[in-house]
Order: sequence, then structure tokens, then C-alpha cells
Amino acid sequence: MSVVIGEMLIKSSSLQSLYRQMLLIRRAEERLQKLFADGDVPGFLHLSIGQEAVAVGISSVLGVADTVSSNHRGHGHALAKGVALSGFFAEILGRADGVCRGRGGSMHVADLSIGMLGANGIVGAGMPITTGSALALKMKGAGNIAAVYFGDGALAEGVIHECFNLTSLWALPVLFVCENNGWSEFSPTERQLATNLEKLSASFSIAFSSVDGNDVVAVADQAGKFVNEMRDMPSPRVIECQTTRIRGHFEGDPQDYRDKEEMSMMSERDPIARARSQLLAEGLSDLWFEQLHAEVDSEIDVALNLAKRSPEPTIDSLVADVYTPRLGVS
Amino acid sequence: MSEVRYLKAVNQALYDAMEADDTVFVIGEDVGAAGGPFKATRGLLERFGPGRVYDAPIAEAVIAGVAVGAAMTGMRPVAEIMFMDFITLAMDQIVNQAAKARSMFGGQASLPLVIRAPHGGGLSAGPQHSQCLEAWFAHVPGLKVVCPANAADAYGLIRSAIDDPDPVIVVENKTLYAAKSELPDDPQAVPIGKATISRPGRDVTVVTYGAMVREALTAADQLTIEGVEIEVLDLRSIQPWDEAMVVSSLARTHRLVVAHEAVEAFGVGAEVVARMADIGFDELDAPIIRVGAPFAPSPFAKALEAAYRPDASDIVRAVRRTLA
Repeated sequence: MSVVIGEMLIKSSSLQSLYRQMLLIRRAEERLQKLFADGDVPGFLHLSIGQEAVAVGISSVLGVADTVSSNHRGHGHALAKGVALSGFFAEILGRADGVCRGRGGSMHVADLSIGMLGANGIVGAGMPITTGSALALKMKGAGNIAAVYFGDGALAEGVIHECFNLTSLWALPVLFVCENNGWSEFSPTERQLATNLEKLSASFSIAFSSVDGNDVVAVADQAGKFVNEMRDMPSPRVIECQTTRIRGHFEGDPQDYRDKEEMSMMSERDPIARARSQLLAEGLSDLWFEQLHAEVDSEIDVALNLAKRSPEPTIDSLVADVYTPRLGVS
Repeated sequence: MSEVRYLKAVNQALYDAMEADDTVFVIGEDVGAAGGPFKATRGLLERFGPGRVYDAPIAEAVIAGVAVGAAMTGMRPVAEIMFMDFITLAMDQIVNQAAKARSMFGGQASLPLVIRAPHGGGLSAGPQHSQCLEAWFAHVPGLKVVCPANAADAYGLIRSAIDDPDPVIVVENKTLYAAKSELPDDPQAVPIGKATISRPGRDVTVVTYGAMVREALTAADQLTIEGVEIEVLDLRSIQPWDEAMVVSSLARTHRLVVAHEAVEAFGVGAEVVARMADIGFDELDAPIIRVGAPFAPSPFAKALEAAYRPDASDIVRAVRRTLA
């Protein structure tokens, strides 16, 4: 069974639907957090808990033919674009039925059939890929756009200069989405960057907007405005989403470099709690939330059970797909 | 059949590939209006327009990244890196992204992209414009590497590279660009992974590629006077390489020399030698000898560079040693 959530969003980006998507990402990552703690997830796990409003808000204005490229903290981006939940879990567990057959893992979740061009283990590397994808989309001329998610930690990478320059020069439809959580891995970004994204964008004449990245409606509204402009007239945009990394850089990170005050502010900034308050104010009942939570948890249970039943990849598959098999060509 | 410059064959391959498939496009520094730094892309902008011939800024990482992202989005990009030395600035996109995408994504994607890169010395271009770095790429699973030695192979391998579903690095030797050789009137694709015997011989197999094929043929002319007939085997493709043809030649000659312009240590030759010391061990009547550049950066001064670059005389000496 696969659960496609991205397409649903395109049909309806009401707050209820956005809330559901954020909740699904949150609950899925909380399950991964538990599985990781129990030793069932190999490797590194970078959770996006606290940043769900960005992925969901952005994806709510994208279609299947639009592409996204992500980063090492990319679970939300993948699920919001519509990666099947069971294949997503199976991949992170390193199983044969993972979307990447267990060869990529958490940092490389991809589904090219829905324009999800991959999470990425190299900071900033999604930007040039997205630039190329945008050029291809512009050549095809169907009004599609390419979005790239990167953190504020990527702003010190040199490649951003090349990508801002080229997309501006060639008017390529790239939506640069910065998830600014203030942290470059274990260091505050203010100690790593001598400028800021607004100034960088202005240097390359790229339209910039900064939004509250923990307000899913604010993200969706600004992204929608930008993407509509880009579809009419291809050119790049930068949207900076001020958000909060609630967990550490990776699971197991003790976060002793963050002060108590920052940690105590987490619940106020939580995008899901904020959306819930809005929905309550709009008159939704506690029962509605209970039912929704049960539904989302059940969806996750089904997908996770499928993933856990998936076998380990066969050893001979480790050399499969290094190259494309070609019939009749030796 | 006519004699054409190697560069003309490169140009014609690009032209014909773009005619044949409108998803093929060219990107690189000065490839459009200027026709390319070596003129390999001359006339393409005029014929195909700025929507398929992209003059990129001097920004190798994004040039390679454009190739990766466009290939993921249904195009067949051909990127030019002006000098192979500059490919260092594009390594993340080539090595971490292009090479791994297919395997890492579980076979979902094929990345049909080509990166053309001129290598080699002989122009007194100095340490950062003369390197032969093909071994780096041959070492990375997911990449293919070819290095044509003449016009027909330049045409044929570039057509195959563009047609190939996976990333291919096409290495062109700068000193060959002006060299003339025969190109059929109806040139054909040359399969990747197939070597060719440039000159048959019974005594010693000389495995080589690129501009060193010419040196090996010169060495063959000199050695034939001494009564020694070397078999010159042009690999043409470095990754994958034609192990079967090398071992079958070795089964006839029982002696092996491997020659390339790149630094000898840890090079393509080391891989060929290691494999032949394994699967060809029973055929060997003498130690295998490598010919390559010394372990030093490519120097600038004319006399230094001449001494640095391996040539026919080095191959002659190696052949004599293996016969001693």
C-alpha cells in the first residue's frame, strides 16, 4: 500500500489538510526517533521535527511535474512531495522495498517519478541540481518550476554564488527555499556567515521574501505568490522560512551547545501546535483532532508494518544499478 | 572517406547528435558565441540557437550541476570543461551526484550526461592546464570514461557517450585536436568498452590510449627495424575497459607494456597491469612494464615538459626491457 499525500494537498490546501500533512510527517519522524533509539535504524538520522510547516507549505503549491531537491534533513520534503510512506520507511530501515531499495537511506530518499530529485548528503549540493532541473523545465516550456530546500548552514557554501548567478542571468524558475533554523549543524550560523540571505539575494537581483516558517499558512501563501509569478514568467525567487530545529543535528546529539532559554521556547514555536490553535479558534472540536490523530497513526502503522516486513536487500543487489542495463549492447 | 582534424570530428559528432535528438544540449564556458575555447562547438549556436547552446559563466560546479539536474529532468546535456584541470571545481556534482544517482536511488534514474574535458600537455600550459586526470574518474563506480585517439573514434565515442544512459566523461587530448586522420563519409558510433588493435604484432603487446597511441605507432616503426613487432592496442574506453582484448593479445605476445601520458603511479596502467598479473599470469614471459609521466606536476619550461611527457622513445626502451 502506498499513501500519496502530495497530490492531495494540491487539491486542497485548506488549513485542515495542511495540518494533517504536518502531523503525518511529525508522527512518522517520531516513530523513526523511537526506532532509532531502539537500534532499528542504521546510520545517521537527521529529523526535521519543528520544520514541518516549510515542507508542507511549499509542497502545497507544487504539482507532480514540478521538481524538488532536498538535503540531509529531508524526510518532510519527501513526504510532502508525495513519496509513498511505506517505501519511505522501508528505505530508512534499509530494506529491499525501500524507495531506493535500501541503497540510499535517510539522506538519499528520492522518487523521480513524482519529481522528488533526492535528499542529499552534501550540504548545498541540491542547488546546482535544481538549477539544471529548472533549465530542463524551462526548455520544455510547460510552466513548471524547480524548488530546492537548504538550511542556513548552506549559505556559506561557495556553490550558492554560482547558482544565484546562473539562475538570475538565465531567468531560471528555481524557488530557493531556505529553512533558517539558526544552526549550522552544531554552530550558530551568526558565527559562520558574514552576510545574510536577503543581501545575497539582492546582490543577484533575485526577489526575496522572509516568512515565519513555523506558520504553514504564511509559507503556503508566500510560496503560492512566488510560484504563480514563476509559472507566468520563469525566474528565480528566494523564500527564507524562519523555523526551529527542535531536535539535535542528528539523533543522539546531546545538544549541549544550545542554551536552556532557546530550548524552553520550542513549544511556542511548534508549527503543529500553532496550526492546532488556529483550527480550534475556527471551531474545530477536540474530537476532530482525536479522530485525525488516530487516522494518521493508523496510516503510519500500516506503512511501517509493511516496511518492517520487507526483507533485507539481497547481497547481489549491491552491484545492481551502478550502470543502466542495455539490451543488445555489451 | 576523408582526412579531417580530430576537432572537426568532435564538432560533427556534437552537431549530428543535436540534429538527431532535440533533448541534447551543450553547455560550457565560451561554447556558444566564441565557438569554444578550442572551437569544438563552432557553428552550433548558429545552427541550434541559444536555447540549446548555453554560454555558461566561469562556474564549473554549476555547469556540472546543470548537467546532473537536467539529466534527471529528461534532457541529454553535454557539458564542456575547458581544461580537464578545472574539473576539480566540479567534483561534487560528478562524483557524489552524477555517478551515484542511479545506484543510490535504487535504479530509478539514469543520468544520460556527457562531460567533455581536454587533457594533456605539450602546449607549455603549465601544471594547471596539462593534467591527465582520467584515472580519478575510472575509479568512481557509476562513471564511464573514454579517450579517443583519432577522428573516427572521437566521432564514434562522442555519439555513443551522448546516446549512453549513464554519465560519460569524454577525455580529448589537446595535442590531437589539430591532427588529421580518416573519418568515413557516414561515420558510425563506436561502442563504449571496446578496444581496437591499431597495429598487429607478435612480440610485445603495448596497451595505450589517447595521444600515446601515436607515440606507440612511432615506436613500432622504430622497433620493426630491429626485427621487433609490437602490437599496439588502443583501449579507447578506460571505464569499462576491454580486458578480454588485452588478455587475448597477451596470449599471442606473452609480453606487456602499458603506456599513458598520465603520471605512472596509481594510474590507469596500474589497473591494467594488476588485472593481467592476475588473469593473464600464465601468459606472461616477462615482467610487465609501465610507461607514464614521472611523479611530479606537469612543468612549464619547454625542455622540462619535453622530458616529462612520455613518448615513443620511452615505449621503445620499455619494449626492449621486456625482451631483455
